[in-house]
Amino acid sequence: MSFYGLLWRLLPGPRALKVVQAAILLLAVVAVLFTWVFPLVAPYMPFNDTTVGE
Amino acid sequence: MRIVRGVAGLLGEALVTLGVVLLLFVGWQLWWTDVVSDADSAQVVATMQQEFDDPSSAWVHPDKAMPGDAFAIVRIPRFGEKFARPLYEGTTSDVLARGIGHYTGTALPGEVGNFAMAGHRTTYGKPFNRIAELRKGDVVLVETRDTWFVYRVSGHQIVPPTQVSVLLPVPDEPDAEPGTAVLTMTSCHPEFSARERFVVHAELDASYPHAQGVPADVWEVAG
Repeated sequence: MSFYGLLWRLLPGPRALKVVQAAILLLAVVAVLFTWVFPLVAPYMPFNDTTVGE
Repeated sequence: MRIVRGVAGLLGEALVTLGVVLLLFVGWQLWWTDVVSDADSAQVVATMQQEFDDPSSAWVHPDKAMPGDAFAIVRIPRFGEKFARPLYEGTTSDVLARGIGHYTGTALPGEVGNFAMAGHRTTYGKPFNRIAELRKGDVVLVETRDTWFVYRVSGHQIVPPTQVSVLLPVPDEPDAEPGTAVLTMTSCHPEFSARERFVVHAELDASYPHAQGVPADVWEVAG
């Protein structure tokens, strides 16, 4: 059982093509994290408070 | 046995993935937010500069600024000749991710009372990264379309995050009637922590019509 192993087998084409597809998938995941996920999480991090308030 | 090994394998993959995502988050927070915020600030400052130089352009007067509107440019010679950040109305996290924020309800630039602003010390362009280097007498320039306001640092204090009295018209004096125009800047302290706030106070030293500009010695940084 291996998620990445399964993913690798599911990608079609020869090895070179699989590498390209995997790279694209990786970039897409990073893009989603950078654009939507991390900005949502950041306000809960302890080092982002600069204002005084109750 | 096979099942156990399979589950362990999946768990291992999940943990490695989580580790990589955490590293990515650190990279995003420490590097990417600066890249995005710096580019955005530079563009907003350039646009405002053009507006300030062209009297016929639309410009939000400080007393009409709605949350999120940029209405002034903050320059601090101690932070470098090129240091220029937009000052926005409001201090929500969205605003502070783009530049320096003006505490709504506090005095406006040059006004008698306490003109208070907040900025990030780390991440998001970190406008107040070097706030602890400010010394007594250092200049904080606030440029609006009409006026250059020259504030000079009078001191600093480190306070708990709940000490809102630093924002009072006369900082830390609840019943006092303000007689002078002061400026208060807040940022986090220590760096990368929300435990305390680093607070710098400054006093209005002079103001000049925008067209006239400021004397050259304002840009000099002592020792």
